[in-house]
Amino acid sequence: MSSHYEAPIRKPLIIGDKNYHDVTVDVARPVEGRANKQWWIAFSIALAAFLWGVGCVAYTVGTGIGTWGSNKTVGWAWDITNFVWWVGIGHAGTLISAVLLLFRQKWRMAINRSAEAMTIFSVIQAAMFPVFHMGRPWLAYWVMPIPNQFGSLWVNFNSPLLWDVFAISTYLSVSLVFWWTGLLPDFAMLRDRAITPFTKRVYSILSFGWSGRAKDWQRFEEVSLVLAGLATPLVLSVHTIVSFDFATSVIPGWHTTILPPYFVAGAIFSGFAMVNTLLIIMRKLSHLEAYITIQHIELMNIVIMITGSIVGCAYITELFVAWYSGVEYEQYAFLNRATGPYWWSYLLMMTCNVVSPQVMWFKKIRTSIMASFIISLVVNIGMWFERFVIIVTSLHRDYLPSSWTMFQPTFVDAGFFIGTIGFFFVLFLLYSRSFPVIAQAEVKSIMKTSSETYKRKRDQEHGNDNHSHSENH
Amino acid sequence: MYTFSSRLKTFSFVLIALGILGIGYSFLTAPKTVEDVEKILAAENAHGGHGADHEAGAAHGEDAHGHAAEGHHEATASHTSHGNDTHAEAGHQPDVHAAHDEHQEHLEHVLHQLKTKPWSAVYVAALFFMLLSLGALAFYAIQNAAQAGWSPVLFRVMEGISSYLIPGAIIVFILLVLGVMDMHHIFIWMDEDVVAKDHLIQAKTGYLNGPFFLIRAAIFMGGWIWYRQYSRKNSLLQDDANDNIYYKKNFKASASFLVFFIISESIMSWDWIMSVDPHWYSTLFGWYVFASFFVSGITAIALITVYLKAKGYLEYVNTSHIHDLAKFMFGISVFWTYLWFSQFMLMWYADIPEEVVYFKTRIEDYNLPFFGMLVMNFVFPVLILINTDFKRLSWIIVMAGIVILCGHYIDFFNMIMPATVGDRWFIGVGEIGAVLLFLGLFIFVVFTTLTKAPLLAKRNPLIEESKHFHY
Repeated sequence: MSSHYEAPIRKPLIIGDKNYHDVTVDVARPVEGRANKQWWIAFSIALAAFLWGVGCVAYTVGTGIGTWGSNKTVGWAWDITNFVWWVGIGHAGTLISAVLLLFRQKWRMAINRSAEAMTIFSVIQAAMFPVFHMGRPWLAYWVMPIPNQFGSLWVNFNSPLLWDVFAISTYLSVSLVFWWTGLLPDFAMLRDRAITPFTKRVYSILSFGWSGRAKDWQRFEEVSLVLAGLATPLVLSVHTIVSFDFATSVIPGWHTTILPPYFVAGAIFSGFAMVNTLLIIMRKLSHLEAYITIQHIELMNIVIMITGSIVGCAYITELFVAWYSGVEYEQYAFLNRATGPYWWSYLLMMTCNVVSPQVMWFKKIRTSIMASFIISLVVNIGMWFERFVIIVTSLHRDYLPSSWTMFQPTFVDAGFFIGTIGFFFVLFLLYSRSFPVIAQAEVKSIMKTSSETYKRKRDQEHGNDNHSHSENH
Repeated sequence: MYTFSSRLKTFSFVLIALGILGIGYSFLTAPKTVEDVEKILAAENAHGGHGADHEAGAAHGEDAHGHAAEGHHEATASHTSHGNDTHAEAGHQPDVHAAHDEHQEHLEHVLHQLKTKPWSAVYVAALFFMLLSLGALAFYAIQNAAQAGWSPVLFRVMEGISSYLIPGAIIVFILLVLGVMDMHHIFIWMDEDVVAKDHLIQAKTGYLNGPFFLIRAAIFMGGWIWYRQYSRKNSLLQDDANDNIYYKKNFKASASFLVFFIISESIMSWDWIMSVDPHWYSTLFGWYVFASFFVSGITAIALITVYLKAKGYLEYVNTSHIHDLAKFMFGISVFWTYLWFSQFMLMWYADIPEEVVYFKTRIEDYNLPFFGMLVMNFVFPVLILINTDFKRLSWIIVMAGIVILCGHYIDFFNMIMPATVGDRWFIGVGEIGAVLLFLGLFIFVVFTTLTKAPLLAKRNPLIEESKHFHY
C-alpha cells in the first residue's frame, strides 16, 4: 500500500539510528521492566480517585438521584456533560487508527495503539453515565429488546437514547476488536521475548497463536482495512447519535441541525487534545521520543487547529442562524449563553475552543512541546464547558419563564466525574506497563521509507544520479 | 501538450447553441399575462392534469394557497391575505366575491411562478457548474495543503476544471445583480412589496438587502478567483524553478484559502440558496451544500481524467489514481447522505412547523426528484463503488460519475425550484437547455485551459511520488 518512492521533502518519522531490533527493544522495555516509584504514586492517586468515585456512585444508587444537583428543570447536567465529554475523547482513537489509515498517513503508526487504548478506556467511562444517571439503574436491562413475560413488552426505537445504547455498545465492541487484532503481532513479539513462564503464558494466550505467516499478514491487512472502513462511518455515527439526544428535541439551543457534524468535529478536537496530553507525557516517561517525534506532535496540533476552526465556524453559524431565524426563543437562548448567569462558562468555552487552537498557526507554538501540552489541556477544559453550556444553559432558561432556574452541582456530581478520571488513569497506567504501547509491527513497516537512517542511506546512494528531486539535498 | 480535439470543440459549441435555443424558447413561451395563465390552466383542466385539483383548491379557499404560501409566493402585488401571518387568514369570507378574488390571486400567483421558471432553470444550472468548479478548486487546495503524494499528476486537470470558476462566477454574479435590479424574482426578499408586508423578512433586512448581498458575493467570488489564479501561476512557475519557493507559496496560499473557503462557502450557501426560502433556516445548510458540490467537483476530476487518459494524454496516471478518485467519490457521496439525513431527520423528528414546511413542500410536490436523488447520490454509487476492482474500471467510473452529477444537479434543483416555481416545476426545454448551455461552456473553457500548459506538473516536489504511485 505504500509506494516505494518517498519524496525527499518528507521528514523522517523514526529519528535516531534505529534498526528493527531497536524498535522491538524500545517497545518491550516498559513491559519487561519494573514499575518505578513515579508510576506507583500516579497509580495510587488514580486508584484513590477511582475508589472515591465508586463510593459516590454507590451513594447515588443507594440514596437516589436527588443527591445530585440536577433539578426539575435541569434534568441533565454533569451526568450527560461528562458522558458526551468522554465519548468525544474516545473518538480520536478511532480517528487515528481508522481515518488516518484510510488516508495512508504513516505518522499514525506510532500513536494509534495508545490512541485506541484511550478510546476504549474513555468509552468505558462514558458508558457508566447512561446507566448511573438512571433513577432505577437496576432496570437498565429493560432498554434491551429482549423477549419477556410482559406480553413481550418492547422498547420504542424512536428514542435517541435507545440509539445511544446501540451506538455506544457497537462502538466499544468494534473498537475493541480493531485494537485487539492490531495487538496480535505485538503480543506475539512479547511472547517470544518472555523470560518467565508466567509472562510467556500470559502473552501466549493474548496473542492467539500468531505466527506471522505471509497468508496471515495478508489477511491481517485486509481485515484492518475493512475494519477501518467500517469504523469511520461508525465513529461519525456514534457522536452523531449522541448529538441527536439534543438535536431531536424542541429545546431552543438544542434543536439545531448542525449538531451532528459539529459534535463530531468537537469530538476529534477534544480527542486529539487528549492524545496529545497523554503522549507528551508517555514519550518522555517511556523513552519513546524516537518514535513519537516533534513532527507527530505538530501534526496532531494541526488536526486540533483544523477541527478547532471547524468548531469555531459552527459556533458562528449557530449564532448567525439564531439571529436570522427570527425565533425569539432561539435568540434568547444565545443571548442567555453570552450574558446570562452562566456567561463565564460560555466565555471559557469560546476562549478555550476558538482562540486557543488558532495560536497553532504559529510554527513556533505548534512545535513547542510545552505549549502543545498546555493547549491540549486548555482544549479539554474548553470542550467540557462546551457540553456543559449546551446542556445546562439551554435547559435552565427555555420557553416558560416560570420554569427558569439555576443549576448547582453537588459533591456527588463532582465525585462521580473525578471517579471516572481516576478509573481512566488506572486503566491507562496498567495498559502502559503491560501492553506494547507502540504498534511495533506497523512502525517496522515504515522503517525503510521513513526512518532517519534509511533516508540518509537513500540520499547517499541517489545523491549523484540525475533525479530532479535530489537537488534539494 | 494537450490539443483540444476539434470534435470536442464542435460538440461544446453545439451544446451552447442548443442551450441558448432551449433557454430562448422557454423565455418566449412563458406566459406574460393572467389571461395566458387562465388558458394554460383551462387546458390542464381539460386534460385532467395536476392543475385540475389545484384549480379546485383555489375555488374552495385555503387548500392550494395553504401550501403555496409556504413557498412564499406573496410576491403578487394583490396578495394581502396570504402572507405567513396566520391571523390574516381570518379575512376570508365564503362569498362569491371572495372566491373571485381568490381565483384572481391564484392566477397571478401561477403567473409569477411560470415567469420565474426559465430564470430559475438558468440559475440552477449556472450555480451548479460554478460550484462544481469551486468543489474541484477546494479539492485541489486540500491536496496541496495536505501534501498528498498521489495526486500531483492530476493537478493540471484540477487547474483546468477550476478555470471555469471565472466565467461561471461572473455569470452567477450577473444573475444576482439582475435579481437585485428586479429583473427576475428568484429571491423573493428583493421585492420591496413583499418585504413591506412580511415582518419576518423585515427582521432580516439587516442581512438580506441588495447592496450588502452583492458586496458579499463580490468578496467571495473575488477571493476564490484570486486563489485560483495565484495557485495556477505558482504551479506553472514551479515547473521551471530551481527551488521549491513556488511550491511553498502555494502551500501557504492553499491553507489560507481553505480558511477563507469554509467561511465564505457557508455564507454563500445562505445567501444564494437558503435565502430563496427566506422564512426557512438550517444551521447545517452550508456544509450540506458543500458536500453536494464537493463530490460533484471530484467526480468531474475523475471523468476528465478518464477521458484524457483514454486519449493518451496522461502518461503517469494509472488505475491507482483512478481508484483513489473513485474512493473519494464513494466517501463523499456517503458524507453527503449523512448530512442530508441529519438535516432531514432532525426536522422531521422535531416537526416544528416553521422548519418542517421546507420538507413538506418537497415531499408533496417534488416526491420523485426528492427521493430519486437519494437513489442517484447514495444508493447507486455506494453499491457500485464499494468494489475495489470496479473502482479501477473506466466505464464504471464514467457510469457512476454521470449518475452522481445528474443526482447533484437534481439536488440543486430541489433546493431552488420549490421556492421559486412551487408545484409548477417540470424538467423541460428550459431546464435541459440551461444544463446544455453551461455544460458546453464548461467543456469549452476547461479544455481550452488544458491546452495552455503541459499536463504534468514537472517540478512539484511530490511529483515523483505521484508518478510512482501504486495502491
